[in-house]
Amino acid sequence: MSASTIAISEAPVRPLTLRLHEWVTTVDHKRLGVLYIVYALIFLALGGVEATIMRVQLIRPHNALVSPQVFNRMFTMHGTTMIFFVAMPMVFGFANYLVPLMIGARDMAFPRLNAFSFWMSALGGLLLYFSVFGGDGLYGAGSAPDVGWFAYAPLTAKTFSVGHSTDFWTLSLLSSGIGSIGTAINIIATILCMRCPGMTLGKMPLLVWLNLVMAGLVVLAVSPLSAAQLMLVVDRYLGGHFFDTQAGGSAVIWMHFFWIFGHPEVYVLVLPAFAFASEIIPVFSRKAIFGYPVMVLATIAIGFIGMSVWAHHMFTVGMSAGANTFFVLSTMAIAVPTGIKIFNWLATMWGGKIRFATPMLFCVAFLFQFLIAGLTGVTLAVAPLDWQLGNSYYVVAHFHYVIVGGILFCIFAAFYYWFPKASGKMYDEALGKWHFWLFTIGFHLTFDFMHVPGILGMPRRIYTYEPGRGWDVWNLIVTIGVAFQAAGILVFAANLVWSYFRGKLAGNDPWDAWTLEWSTSSPPPEYNFAKIPSVRSRRPLWDLKHPEDPDWRYE
Amino acid sequence: MSPTSIFAPVSTPAESIFGLSVFVFSIVAVIFVVVFSLLAYAVVRFRNQHSSIEPAQVYGSTQVELAWTVIPVLIVVALFLATARVIGSVQNPPRPKDAIEVIVTGHQYWWEYRYPGFNIVTANELHVPVSDPAHPTPTFLTLLSADTDHSFWVPRLSGKTDLIPNHPNQMWIDPHETGVFLGQCAQYCGTQHAKMLLRVYVQSREEFEQWVHEQQQSPQTPESAGKRVFESTACVNCHTISGTRAKGRFGPDLTHLMSRDAIAAGAANNTPDMLSLWIRNPDAIKPGSKMPAMGLSDPDANAVTAYLETLR
Repeated sequence: MSASTIAISEAPVRPLTLRLHEWVTTVDHKRLGVLYIVYALIFLALGGVEATIMRVQLIRPHNALVSPQVFNRMFTMHGTTMIFFVAMPMVFGFANYLVPLMIGARDMAFPRLNAFSFWMSALGGLLLYFSVFGGDGLYGAGSAPDVGWFAYAPLTAKTFSVGHSTDFWTLSLLSSGIGSIGTAINIIATILCMRCPGMTLGKMPLLVWLNLVMAGLVVLAVSPLSAAQLMLVVDRYLGGHFFDTQAGGSAVIWMHFFWIFGHPEVYVLVLPAFAFASEIIPVFSRKAIFGYPVMVLATIAIGFIGMSVWAHHMFTVGMSAGANTFFVLSTMAIAVPTGIKIFNWLATMWGGKIRFATPMLFCVAFLFQFLIAGLTGVTLAVAPLDWQLGNSYYVVAHFHYVIVGGILFCIFAAFYYWFPKASGKMYDEALGKWHFWLFTIGFHLTFDFMHVPGILGMPRRIYTYEPGRGWDVWNLIVTIGVAFQAAGILVFAANLVWSYFRGKLAGNDPWDAWTLEWSTSSPPPEYNFAKIPSVRSRRPLWDLKHPEDPDWRYE
Repeated sequence: MSPTSIFAPVSTPAESIFGLSVFVFSIVAVIFVVVFSLLAYAVVRFRNQHSSIEPAQVYGSTQVELAWTVIPVLIVVALFLATARVIGSVQNPPRPKDAIEVIVTGHQYWWEYRYPGFNIVTANELHVPVSDPAHPTPTFLTLLSADTDHSFWVPRLSGKTDLIPNHPNQMWIDPHETGVFLGQCAQYCGTQHAKMLLRVYVQSREEFEQWVHEQQQSPQTPESAGKRVFESTACVNCHTISGTRAKGRFGPDLTHLMSRDAIAAGAANNTPDMLSLWIRNPDAIKPGSKMPAMGLSDPDANAVTAYLETLR
């Protein structure tokens, strides 16, 4: 062990081109995981800039920072970027990095499919932004798509969307969709086939369970989206009439196709966030997760029910009272397993010894915020309330509460928790706390107050608004919050870079944690484990550290 | 107070939703207070205890977990039953004989209103009679779209319903107060979605009948320079002025233009200055609207403005 360490440290520094070549051709799950995550961070910056432009435009009524055309492109690009090129790659990046390590495997089941999937997703993001340069044809002019991130028909028909920006949007989602399905299949195969000796399904860390269900949802949800994109291409170039209402097509069919993807997508993103919370909260509370079997069952329930709620995005499109009632019930039902999860995390903390390091701070804020997000979700499940609040800023506030206050907070927690493992260096705790407080204050300024203009009748996706509607002051506060969030993100980026180069050595197990990734070196060697471990419980490192009181006696 | 608050309903659908929302928000608030308190207590009570001894490991408790499964299920059942009742009452209302019928057609980026019972066509400003609960005269809207998706949303009168091409929808309102009620398109429909504003004029029965009577008249349009310019340029391709050669249907019907308070779907007041600006340079008021800059000479533009001002 020590001999090999010395040999590596004395090796000459390889030229940059060679190192880049290694990153481009890698099939190592950890490197692909890092690629996914870095890729997502770049797009996070782009999506953040787009959001900032929108918020500055809306700071007061009749503001003229950008034209309506530019504003419409901004919200289309912001939504598409954040969902498909930030959230999805982020989730896949962490799954790629962590799942093999946590199940005691040396790589994913299909390493080359893994690389292929990443590069397909990467191509998708490049296609989307290439539209800005090439969207109008070959003469170097172009524009970003402006059809909205759910691109309702018939706005995407040739009649209403001239040029090629919509085509780039379509191809971009098609390409990243192929990547997503590939990675999802890979995750499923890895979890089902690559677990180390002793790790039955019931002994997998919760993170692995949640990613298994997530991957299943990706396969079920991204496929109809990809099919719809192909149909749209057929409509636009081969004379099809699926969604072309002027030739008898159906705009409503597109909505169904989109939301049978779009709603499960929320769970695709939130289950991995739950996964991070389910690993981090126990370690920082110094207790085993409360009610593991119920947590697994609740996850599976969310997966199943999550596939049957999509039309709650369509309460205003004129479905029958019977259909509306069904989707009210299914949507409300999903609050039950989600509530169980919140209670079980609470019970995990109860009676523990809570250490408030940065990862735990983000997880605790997540619990409070996800509680609110879930409750506003219940109000929106009430179809008649949705008739008022649907497509208003109340909805925008609600889903940002889920995606930022829930998912992004957990992703930040995961960054701080696993950064020492992936880099071998400890992050700076003071900067981590600055990031937490700046971002939390900014988040609440922006998204708490954003609910109000929705209740006062402000629809989303408007580039400006009339004075005298009672919306002005709320929009001002919302925009001020953006400055705090941006400052928090800058501290976060500075912390990552500084700690990577100058951070203290982290050691193998800085958190005194219990899952297998902490048993190998930081960063882990290419082969992960010199000897494949074998486990007897859900917390193999707890068993190792407490031979007098191992978990396997109780499970 | 906001003129578009969902918490100030004046029509039955909006009132039913408001009543339900009070119930739902109350339940949600109670849940919030309870869970928030538990979380806050746990965070404060169990924080930062420095000791090397691990706390007692608890793996779960069937009774407790059963409790926090069953209680939420009961809450969901209560919420669901209350919701189902309101869905039924708003979506399947009784339809009295005195009901007014209006066909609403969404266009990029304006509203067309046709009253088949009165043979009236107008745009952007919907006139309806006030509805006395003792003798209800609700207005039933049939929602169509000429192009992309739109959504009809006047928060104080009703929730929104989308206007989707090839997919006729229905909604209804029965305002109990007179006045002007504001709203706007609530489904992204293209460049000028933001300035596709809604104005609903709720009038007393007499005023409404008077308005109907006026709208049914053809205006007197003696020959004028403005009329000649209007009828010899592309204006007539898109606009109708009843009793003249202008029969276009792509843009708003201008027959009684001067009876309206606003132009460009509420984006500007209907004053001679704004009308003139709208004819010369629509982008100054509503960039990206489908109204083209007509490129008329100053005398011609002035003449057309003067002509339009005679359309009462």
